[in-house]
Amino acid sequence: MWHKAAQLHPMARLTLLILMAALVLLPWADLNLYQVEPGAELGRMMQGLVSPSLSEIDTLTHASLITVAFALIGVGIAALLGMPLALLFHFRVIRGLCAFIRAIHELFWALIFMQVFGLSAITGLLAITLPYACTFAKVYAEILEGIDNQTPLPSGTDKISRWCYSTIPAAWSALVAYTRYRFECALRSSAILGFIGLPTLGFHLDTAFAQGVYDQAATILLLFFALIATLRFWLKPALVPVYLVVCLWALPETPPVYGSYFWQFFTQDIWPKALLLGDWIGALNWYANQLVSVAMPAVGQTLVLTQLSLAATCLLTVALAWLGSRQFGNPISQTLGHGILLALRSTPEMILAFVFLLLFGPSMLPAILALALHNSGLISYLGSRITDHVKLRQDAPKGIDRYSYEILPRIYPQLMTFLLYRWEVIMRESAILGILGITTLGFYIDSAFEDIRFDRAALLIVISALLNVLVDSLARRLRRRAGLRELRMG
Amino acid sequence: MAQPSLTLSGESLSYEGEQVLAPVTLSIPPGEHVALVGRSGAGKSSLLKLLYQQAPEHIALCPQSYGLVGNLSVYQNVYMGQLNRHNPLYNLCNLVRPWRRHKAAVQQLCDTLGLDEKINSPVDTLSGGQQQRTAIARALYQQAGIFLGDEPVSAVDPLQAKLLIELIQHQHASSVIALHNRQLALTCFDRIVGLQHGKVVFDLPSSSLTAEQLDQLYVA
Repeated sequence: MWHKAAQLHPMARLTLLILMAALVLLPWADLNLYQVEPGAELGRMMQGLVSPSLSEIDTLTHASLITVAFALIGVGIAALLGMPLALLFHFRVIRGLCAFIRAIHELFWALIFMQVFGLSAITGLLAITLPYACTFAKVYAEILEGIDNQTPLPSGTDKISRWCYSTIPAAWSALVAYTRYRFECALRSSAILGFIGLPTLGFHLDTAFAQGVYDQAATILLLFFALIATLRFWLKPALVPVYLVVCLWALPETPPVYGSYFWQFFTQDIWPKALLLGDWIGALNWYANQLVSVAMPAVGQTLVLTQLSLAATCLLTVALAWLGSRQFGNPISQTLGHGILLALRSTPEMILAFVFLLLFGPSMLPAILALALHNSGLISYLGSRITDHVKLRQDAPKGIDRYSYEILPRIYPQLMTFLLYRWEVIMRESAILGILGITTLGFYIDSAFEDIRFDRAALLIVISALLNVLVDSLARRLRRRAGLRELRMG
Repeated sequence: MAQPSLTLSGESLSYEGEQVLAPVTLSIPPGEHVALVGRSGAGKSSLLKLLYQQAPEHIALCPQSYGLVGNLSVYQNVYMGQLNRHNPLYNLCNLVRPWRRHKAAVQQLCDTLGLDEKINSPVDTLSGGQQQRTAIARALYQQAGIFLGDEPVSAVDPLQAKLLIELIQHQHASSVIALHNRQLALTCFDRIVGLQHGKVVFDLPSSSLTAEQLDQLYVA
């Protein structure tokens, strides 16, 4: 059997590996349906979806503005910080620090800053700015490194002048394009911040769903889709300064913060008492105890959710990757396919998971569905753009045969590359979905904050970050072993 | 399956508003093997394209860029010649696990073409000549009446090219093959169509042509 496995195509081997891992972990996953009649609830949701309510449009417009404000100002500051960091990215310390900060989800950052700054503008901005600045640092550094046709400058020109006059201008369009793409991501992050109480669209969505006011929820979702779908019409470079002024004005107020409390939080609150007292044995005991009783089960469940979602995303991508491609169907079905993929990839996992939780109850199933739908929507969209450029022979088969024999084998390596890039994202989201009540890391972190056990929260957040760094390096190794190209994808 | 003859009566071909093939009148009855000769860009591929459109269901096509799927094995690529004979479910099953009877048939074909050891290898690990033989195997496996090939033997040595052409002609009632090898055109084909600048300049039995006449096509 091993001899046979060695003969398998690297792509088939990679796929089998992903599916087998999920199969092995399956016994530890709670996939029960708790809601007795998901059909009835779904019916009410659908009814709400087709009759969006305009009764609170003023509040929602304001919430949309705050959502944009967090994203725009957050990305703005992050880009300003990211550039100098990118220039220092060859230092190992900077690289490691950025990888670590980036590995902590925006929502976890928000939970941390909320303890110090409360539900204020600065919490929202910091939660977006910190991880985004570190992502910018990494990707900007990659972009700048990839620039080879530089303007010749007099020899002996100093490094900073060289960057300003030659490297950065040459890379400018790539830098702007990536920053733009991240702004779209930041809009989603910003909306999601509402789930922990900040006044963005997510807050109103959370409330509307929780109270079963589905017509209201529909309005919010449509507003959110409209914001993202019309991005290319309203996000003009010349208008950004105007938007920034409006956004600054729209930000919620930040209550005064006492520097001493900020200091106390990071030097005392997040460390176990034994450690602060200098009781090393006690501290070690505490850490060991937390690792065994809380961290291990939390990490276990996070891994189970991650791997099952990864496998589900893989299968669903294979099922969906023909949607919206010009190689199949007619213009009407292609537009419809594009619409479905757009809806899947622009709805944040958190919102999808929230809806599915209402339908199926608090098992792992809603989270897997949400992660698989969102990610396969994104990967299929990227895949369909490659599919459009595949040149087929004159006598190529049609329909399912065309997809399975001509298209899929050709685009599969790219799909797998995207999937492995999403692995880290899926892991981060698996952890964060715990906030909705699934027993992954996010659940334990959220509860620790609620119980004012900041020492435990800090430990778990660090563990979630390390887990991410680990998966990231594992994915890179797998990509290399399967002979897949490195891509740039944030 | 009754064998139609391929007939063109004044059809032409344009690409992005520019005529790449002047109106052609041509008939290829069953039983006749025709060579298309001319420089690159003379219109051979365009003429084959037009011919294919006349009777797609009777034709096994062997396009110039081989039209193979690099990540699939030689077996799967050859099997693709019969995709239209089975339902999609049957084909999907074959993709996961090859059907035994097809595997045996393809193995036999691969033995004939000297691909026997490569049947499970992905096509993009093969040499140019092996890929070309895979493309021919796919066309043969289609078991159609007419073979249309666009330089199907350009990447193999002359001796092998001759054997392959003979095999193709033996398996098909009629064939139209574009090629550069003038000697092969004269010895293996009943009839030769010469093309120049997107026009048919002659259409004669090969017995009435000489190598010098064919060489004329390659002079500017």
